[in-house]
Amino acid sequence: MLRSPQKALLSLDNTISEITGPVFGHNMLGELDDDMIFNFAKPGESAIGQRIIVYGRVLDERGKGVSGALVEVWQANAGGRYRHKKETYLAPLDPNFGGCGRAITDEDGNYAFRTIKPGPYPWPNGPNDWRPAHIHFSIFGHGFAQRLITQMYFEGDPLIPLCPIVRTIPDEEAVRRLTAVLDMGATIPMDARAYKFDIVLRGRRSTLFENRLEGN
Amino acid sequence: MVQSLNRLKESASQTAGPYVHIGLTPNFCGIGGVYDADLGSRLVGEKARGERITVRGRVIDGADTPLRDALVEIWQADADGLYNSPSETRGAADPAFAGWGRCATDMDGGEFVFETIMPGRVPFRDGRPMAPHITFWVVARGVNIGLHTRMYFGDEEKANAEDPILQRIEHKVRVPTLIAPRDGDTYRFDIHLQGEKETIFFDI
Ligand SMILES: [Fe+3]
Repeated sequence: MLRSPQKALLSLDNTISEITGPVFGHNMLGELDDDMIFNFAKPGESAIGQRIIVYGRVLDERGKGVSGALVEVWQANAGGRYRHKKETYLAPLDPNFGGCGRAITDEDGNYAFRTIKPGPYPWPNGPNDWRPAHIHFSIFGHGFAQRLITQMYFEGDPLIPLCPIVRTIPDEEAVRRLTAVLDMGATIPMDARAYKFDIVLRGRRSTLFENRLEGN
Repeated sequence: MVQSLNRLKESASQTAGPYVHIGLTPNFCGIGGVYDADLGSRLVGEKARGERITVRGRVIDGADTPLRDALVEIWQADADGLYNSPSETRGAADPAFAGWGRCATDMDGGEFVFETIMPGRVPFRDGRPMAPHITFWVVARGVNIGLHTRMYFGDEEKANAEDPILQRIEHKVRVPTLIAPRDGDTYRFDIHLQGEKETIFFDI
């Protein structure tokens, strides 16, 4: 695949074009946007699979919560099948599962959504490559420079160290930070287990931005 | 400052994969009824000030094939050079112009299209005016990170010549990769991921 740029990225101190970004208000959210068990399901039905809560905080590099961040997620269903016309995996679609959800962080950077645990799936890379169970994340913080796209993995999944996409991350610690931990303290008894996943957005390369933040 | 010694590290980026549409443009890929409309599908309100323009282009791989599974986002100032953002401190931007757009490349031809307006000039860090530009962010299967670049306008030769970002690009032969030629009301901006015409991408 001839897609990755071959030349070095050009380092650019942030200007106002990079430190600004649109605002996403909580009023744009529908009631079920953060509930993938129900947001595509027929009335009275729900998605098939292990019910889980995924929650955490969006932080900046100082550890401060990023408020008003837009968190958009997508995933395969419990059998590892995506609802997409280019998807060819033989696992069946779940008629009650669409696969998209979104939330906006609160004042302290907290977000949460409810879903089913996605299944692992094979993909045509090597002869027998499987993706670990994962949820795709897109995060929009305060500035266009902070835009992030990543994936969340599940603690204890033996496929994580085997995955070529995970292996593009050279650093074990960075892989650990993309792995959500089971949090029995946040579980909803008799309903859903909870996985905790914090996300850190990139810092600002310019004193312009830092000065602004300290003034707030 | 003590805090700077133990800053948190940015979460690692991972590829958008082939099904990025499900999450970011679900209506585009046939997942209806979850969100009313795909986010970022409309930049310009009826009363928006400024010259209406179309920005059209493709994301092209090293074999000269346009990607049909990429997603492009843009961010730009309004006609007066103000950003519609809480971080904008220089004045109130045009409320009828969002400034932010999102478009999946077409699954057949691989094109993205934005109906927008000509942005005004905004200042560089030292106060000099930058040439009018649109900030781009591109994700796709096979690329591990979101790619940042900028589009400048082909008919703004004078402003482009004095732009502080374009000026500091050492390999002058690469500057044209950031400049979109104009044809009528349309600017064409093809983004090359690899090859001789590889677009300049920024680490911001
Ligand atoms: Fe995936």
